Amino acid sequence: MTGEPAAVVVSRLSAGYPGVRALESVSITVPRRSICALLGANGSGKSTLFKSLLGLHRPSAGSVRLFGLEPAKARRRNQVSYVPQHEQVDASFPISVEQVVMMGRYGHMGLTRRTRPADRLACDEALEQVGLTELRRRGIGELSGGQRKRAFLARAIAQQSPLMLLDEPFAGVDRGSEQLISTVLKALRDQSDTTVVISTHHLAGVADLADEVVLLHQRVLASGLPEDVLTEEQLGRSFGAVLRENP
Amino acid sequence: MIEILTQPLEFTFMQHALAAAVISSVVCAMLSCWLVLMGWSLMGEAVAHSILPGIVLAQIFGLPMALGAFVFGMLAVLLIGGISGDSTLKHDTSIGVVFTSLFALGLVLISRTPSETHLTHILFGNVLGISQADLLQTAGLGLATVAVLLALRRSLVLLAFDKIHAHTIGMSTSVLSILLLTLLALTTVTSLQTLGILLVVAMLVVPGATALLLCRRFGWMLVVATGSAAASAVLGVYASYWFDTSTGGSIVLAQSAQFALAYLFAPTKGMIPRLRQGRGRRAAPLSTFPPLDAKDPA
Repeated sequence: MTGEPAAVVVSRLSAGYPGVRALESVSITVPRRSICALLGANGSGKSTLFKSLLGLHRPSAGSVRLFGLEPAKARRRNQVSYVPQHEQVDASFPISVEQVVMMGRYGHMGLTRRTRPADRLACDEALEQVGLTELRRRGIGELSGGQRKRAFLARAIAQQSPLMLLDEPFAGVDRGSEQLISTVLKALRDQSDTTVVISTHHLAGVADLADEVVLLHQRVLASGLPEDVLTEEQLGRSFGAVLRENP
Repeated sequence: MIEILTQPLEFTFMQHALAAAVISSVVCAMLSCWLVLMGWSLMGEAVAHSILPGIVLAQIFGLPMALGAFVFGMLAVLLIGGISGDSTLKHDTSIGVVFTSLFALGLVLISRTPSETHLTHILFGNVLGISQADLLQTAGLGLATVAVLLALRRSLVLLAFDKIHAHTIGMSTSVLSILLLTLLALTTVTSLQTLGILLVVAMLVVPGATALLLCRRFGWMLVVATGSAAASAVLGVYASYWFDTSTGGSIVLAQSAQFALAYLFAPTKGMIPRLRQGRGRRAAPLSTFPPLDAKDPA
């Protein structure tokens, strides 16, 4: 322990919507420079937890700290980047891939968002890393699902924040893109000291990618090393619970 | 031949009309690019109708018309946001309730106010009666709006494209949304004299919609929308002089004609290219065109 606060500390967080309890006393700590997978079925509270990390949802109890800061302060200091879910993107928007990636740099810019050489360099490198350099002038709607995911990953890379949140990074993504995304995330952890948190309901690839897995179903059912958490018994508790509730 | 263009301009009122029409059309067109992408087309309509009581009250108390209109435009925005945020009602429902109520209030106030307010001038505009002072006000407010829009262009595009990312990098999406709505209220007021409450909505939606069908980048959308709107203003003003038709109506019809052409023939997004491409199968759905309720204002 060097005394520096962990990347993410969620303590006794409860949250919900009118008539629905989404999270109950959830406590999670994600150490810096690690990849953490939040694993849970649909309706397990993953999205609510993500929204709480981003400060988009006000919890009813408990707290969230990112690098020891309130989420709002962490956001203003450009400490957090976010890769959205596939469906959240308006594919008909008149914007090119490189313009999307440049948006990752806006937090580094002044009010008018004038680009500087450092911003262009960061974009070029990010596009290179996700293999989209050739397609940079395409419209965002002209990309396949996997390519679009990579474009938003490039935006988050260009942002150069120490914490990256990815919402279902492997949903609707082809095999090649899935492997590329995994490789890039590991490189970010190892070379850029980035902490990565992914939320997913896909088991495939998680064991290989994550340093730590948190199994979520309203509460934390299990957390720890992938080999300890991803056992049949544990998964049965998490995903089976859903099956019982929604026959 | 050249007389067709020069003869109307021998009259000062025609010079003023042409200048005012071009300025308001261009400002509205620029704003419309963001409105169609934000899914705020209906907000334009709501603000335009809601300012009627503001205009009447301003006349009763001897205040500038623009001030009363602006206050009620913002009131409408706040009421709409408040009602849809605070109840289970959908956004379009609260828009429908608020603007019709405020418009009705305006009608009632007018009927009880013995003044020179001509309802028809407010509803349909009075572009031929624009004074030099009006023109200066239109130009000043228009210039300010364009300056703000261009300076904050990138942030506003991000707001329309991805609110969550804007939030994540620490931008205040509500402040930006309110700023855009303020510009909307201001622009509506500015354009009121040219087109009137009923037709200003067209200028706030049609050029942006036409440009979205034709363009693949936002920067070009701004160019095409403002160009198309300026051309429509000139066409409309001349047509109304030579054919003795309603000026506002002629301007909007010119815009609608351009929209129809874009809708049919726009490369890739037009109906005919789409039908050709999809021969045999069903034509690509209109998903290239975001539905009105795609994104609600925060």
